[in-house]
Amino acid sequence: MDIFDTFLNMGVIARTWPLLLEGLWVTIQLGAASIVAGLVLGLGLALLRLYAVPPLRLITRFYIDIFRSIPLLVLLIIVYYALPFVGLRLSPFASAMAALTLVSGAYTAEIFRAGIEAIPKGQFEASAALGLSYPQTMRDVILPQAVKIVIPPLTNNSINVVKDTALASVVAMPDLLKQATQAQALAANPTPLIGAAVLYLAFLWPLVAMVSRMERRFGAKGT
Amino acid sequence: MSGFVSVRNLRKSYGSFEALRGIDLEISKGEVVCVIGPSGSGKSTLIRCINRLESFSDDSAILVGGNRVQPGRSLARVRAEVGMVFQSFNLFPHLTVRDNVMLAPRRVRRTPRDAARQQADRLLARVGIAEQADKYPGQLSGGQQQRVAIARALAMEPQVMLFDEPTSALDPEMVGEVLDVMRDLAGTGVTMIVVTHEMGFASQVADRVIFMDAGEVIETGPPGRVLSAPREPRTRNFLSAVLNH
Ligand SMILES: Nc1ncnc2c1ncn2[C@@H]1O[C@H](COP(=O)(O)OP(=O)(O)OP(=O)(O)O)[C@@H](O)[C@H]1O
Ligand SMILES: [Mg+2]
Repeated sequence: MDIFDTFLNMGVIARTWPLLLEGLWVTIQLGAASIVAGLVLGLGLALLRLYAVPPLRLITRFYIDIFRSIPLLVLLIIVYYALPFVGLRLSPFASAMAALTLVSGAYTAEIFRAGIEAIPKGQFEASAALGLSYPQTMRDVILPQAVKIVIPPLTNNSINVVKDTALASVVAMPDLLKQATQAQALAANPTPLIGAAVLYLAFLWPLVAMVSRMERRFGAKGT
Repeated sequence: MSGFVSVRNLRKSYGSFEALRGIDLEISKGEVVCVIGPSGSGKSTLIRCINRLESFSDDSAILVGGNRVQPGRSLARVRAEVGMVFQSFNLFPHLTVRDNVMLAPRRVRRTPRDAARQQADRLLARVGIAEQADKYPGQLSGGQQQRVAIARALAMEPQVMLFDEPTSALDPEMVGEVLDVMRDLAGTGVTMIVVTHEMGFASQVADRVIFMDAGEVIETGPPGRVLSAPREPRTRNFLSAVLNH
């Protein structure tokens, strides 16, 4: 049996391809939903962390530190296997999305905070002096400038979220990795795993390249 | 006498350091007041208290047009009546020059787009940079940026304009163009409070000069008297130091 039959078996690829594509679609859905929810959560947390009343600020900071410290796999298993004991039973997709969002929100909060803090104080003062309200200042002056600063690190974080979706296979989520392992078992051949790796690469490599380009263009440091 | 801008017993501390030690000022409508004094004397702090960019002690009071300047809902309304021009311009770099001028009228006054646009173009023409309206601030010289900043403040049709060393960050050859715009403005009846080291401007344009030192108003009066015949030794020392430079 030569190496091509083992790892790049075209017959196996042809048979298991639909399974892999199904998995890829689930991965994309889970990744996209978690990224968007994480962005919203992160922006909210960043604003609380910067401008809320002190006790709330402290709680937000605590949240951010906790969810940046906990291993995602541990959190995922807690959400899926432990929460049912208190009556909260989430589907594999909901569990995975909850865990990914909670963690991604903590990271994006720090990214947004750094972006907002990078805006000179004079921008806030000029806005205040013109009579703009706080939400107007954020929407029209601060966030449009902060977005340019935060896009590269946010894209980086999004790449991490998509990669981390692979962990969802441990809670029986039919994502790309899970489908690939199943196809491998069915075909008694590891080619589907190689196929999955190629699909991950095809999907994420362009994003990685995009971040590098943006970082060069904005002159930002890699994170 | 109660002025249009009324500052009563203004005190401001940073920790144990007293930056303002009880300032009383009455400024009437249309008056042009220049504030001079050595570095660290509290000039910036004073005018930043007037639109409450700096908080100040509760037993102090500032009134603009009869409205108390205090935190809360009324603050944005007072600020909309008080324009401010900063030493470092503080233009919005992500907006074109025209959008810089239009932003506050659109958002705060809810001026329709077309009207705001016309007003912006009129103001930009008035400060002499109509042809730069579609550029971004970063593409302009310092003098042009500061004139945009003046137009941006004027777009709110403020009753009072505050200037904090508006020409200090400029190359010498650009100081004149900004002072000219301010001189024109002084002729239009806007109340102006100008922190400046430009003694020529103060003596020609100001109705009144205020000399500050160590958080207090030391001397105040018409420029002809304060600048050429100061009564207080501290004013005399300051002026001779400035003029010998
Ligand atoms: N945020 C701050 N924290 C502590 N001290 C401050 C702060 N801002 C100003 N001060 C102090 O308050 C005093 C008055 O400062 P202010 O900026 O009003 O002076 P100024 O007269 O405008 O000086 P300059 O001509 O240098 O601009 C200074 O001694 C300054 O060091
Ligand atoms: Mg100053």
